Amino acid sequence: MSAAIVAENLVKTYGGDHEVRALDGLSLTVEEGTVLSLLGPNGSGKTTTVRVLTTLLRPDSGRATVAGIDVMKNPQQVREIIGLSGQYAAVDETLTGWDNLIMFGRLYHLSSRGAKSRAEELLEKFSLTDAAKRPIKTYSGGMRRRLDLAASLIVKPKVLFLDEPTTGLDPRGRQEMWEVINELVKGGVTLLLTTQYLEEADQLADEIVVIDRGHVIAKGSADSLKKDVGGERLEISLPAAHLGETQRIVEGITKSIATTDLQMHKVSVAAPNGTATLIEALRQLDAAGIQPLDIALKRPSLDDVFLALTGHIAEEKIEEVVGAKGKRGKR
Amino acid sequence: MKDALIITKRQLLQLFRVPEVFIFSTIQPVMFVLLFRYVFGGAINTPGVDYVQLLMPGIFVQTVAFTVAGTALGLAEDMQKGLIDRFRSLPIARSAVVVGRTLGDATLNVVVLVVMALTGVLVGWRPSSSTFEIIAGFILLLIFGYAMSWMGVLVGLSVRDSRVANSVVFLFIFPMTFLSNAFAPTTGMPRPLQYVAEWNPVSTMVAGVRDLFGLEPMFGATANSFPSQNPLVMSLIYIAALMAIFIPLSVRKYKNVAPK
Repeated sequence: MSAAIVAENLVKTYGGDHEVRALDGLSLTVEEGTVLSLLGPNGSGKTTTVRVLTTLLRPDSGRATVAGIDVMKNPQQVREIIGLSGQYAAVDETLTGWDNLIMFGRLYHLSSRGAKSRAEELLEKFSLTDAAKRPIKTYSGGMRRRLDLAASLIVKPKVLFLDEPTTGLDPRGRQEMWEVINELVKGGVTLLLTTQYLEEADQLADEIVVIDRGHVIAKGSADSLKKDVGGERLEISLPAAHLGETQRIVEGITKSIATTDLQMHKVSVAAPNGTATLIEALRQLDAAGIQPLDIALKRPSLDDVFLALTGHIAEEKIEEVVGAKGKRGKR
Repeated sequence: MKDALIITKRQLLQLFRVPEVFIFSTIQPVMFVLLFRYVFGGAINTPGVDYVQLLMPGIFVQTVAFTVAGTALGLAEDMQKGLIDRFRSLPIARSAVVVGRTLGDATLNVVVLVVMALTGVLVGWRPSSSTFEIIAGFILLLIFGYAMSWMGVLVGLSVRDSRVANSVVFLFIFPMTFLSNAFAPTTGMPRPLQYVAEWNPVSTMVAGVRDLFGLEPMFGATANSFPSQNPLVMSLIYIAALMAIFIPLSVRKYKNVAPK
């Protein structure tokens, strides 16, 4: 395996009164044929990274290659082999889906016939054949994204960049998009995907790179990131009267300090031995005549990971503010 | 160049997909012709010649000058929607998108000028010069429109928002077209404004086109200044200057442009 995308020490600052370091020494590597998810809150530098890697933006310093081609030195060659689908559906809304695919096909220098057959293929693949002759304006959000994605796949790119492919979609649209992306990945494309949805990174990516304030703060598989933050925890809900005794019992079993949430009536403790700890706890609680309302082994969610890493939650609200500045355009 | 033509084709295709936009953008200059012809025509005294003969060159120039708005709006909208980003990620020449857009707007001007000329003929416009001169007049109008279009490229890519583009453009294009000899004699203006009107490219264009359509210099200027004496030469100088300034600036802007 070789690296399809390499970024080394990318720095990009935006001037102005308040200088913003959009990228602050960001480095990452994506192996060929794998999916990397760039996960971070809004303003963390995800889109800037994609813009640099897709030749739209020159970084102040640093180096980047896509499929071994230097992004800064040979941008035109990079453009030949990449596909990009942005946050907003970057297609011509007044034209039909068909018109758009033909136009982009021709711009990728396909012959007239080649563009037509490719358009047919893509519309079929993304279940848009019926809508082909309708203007994009009449499409649903999910259809628009699929067409946008189709437009980025015209020349079968070696490396595909998807910048927040499901932002703004309803759950069904998101599910459909995930299926489409999973399908693509099976076809062997190298994919860099940005998202602020932790669940999405979990679903689609082989490796997750968490970025915040323009640099990488963690990376690994979803599982390893969860493990880094802490292993499994045993959580027991029970009537208030038994909280104290339960805490003593589980501390006895695990030899570590448990926390008790008095409001939620919940006792929680690290469970290094997983199910063995669970069984032992149940046995001792039963012996003490305590009947839990609920007992479960919980693994930290990616949300927990995110919180632990960045010290703040992935706030989807921030996006609205950025959106208002025109970053996402009208919908 | 082939890429540019694909972009042009896209723009023309839009006309077929949303014919309303095109129909209304053509109705507007037609309405201007009718309004000025019948509302002001009776009020403005033009000894020896029908007002409509003087009016038509004025409206033609105004219309092609407004190309700056069409181009700016179109590009600002493409910026806003993220289309420019996509185009920039494609393996096409850096000038293709803007060249394609300006050529598209020039093609639109051809259609609009034809519609307006026909309307003009209906309300009494009769250019008295040779066919050759008339064609030369229309070619001059198209070239001027094309030069203005490049100014629109820079505006559209700079403001990146179609509403702002709209206000910015109209802020200078309205005074520019009215502070001229296009619709009324400049002799009625305060003295300082007369000088502005005299050197205004719109005035030299109008005077030049009137000349090509076989009219004596009129509505013009007071002084024996260079632009009044040589409107055609001055117009060509303006056109060359517009292109020399705005083409390189626009192409450079496109290379480095980023959405808000």
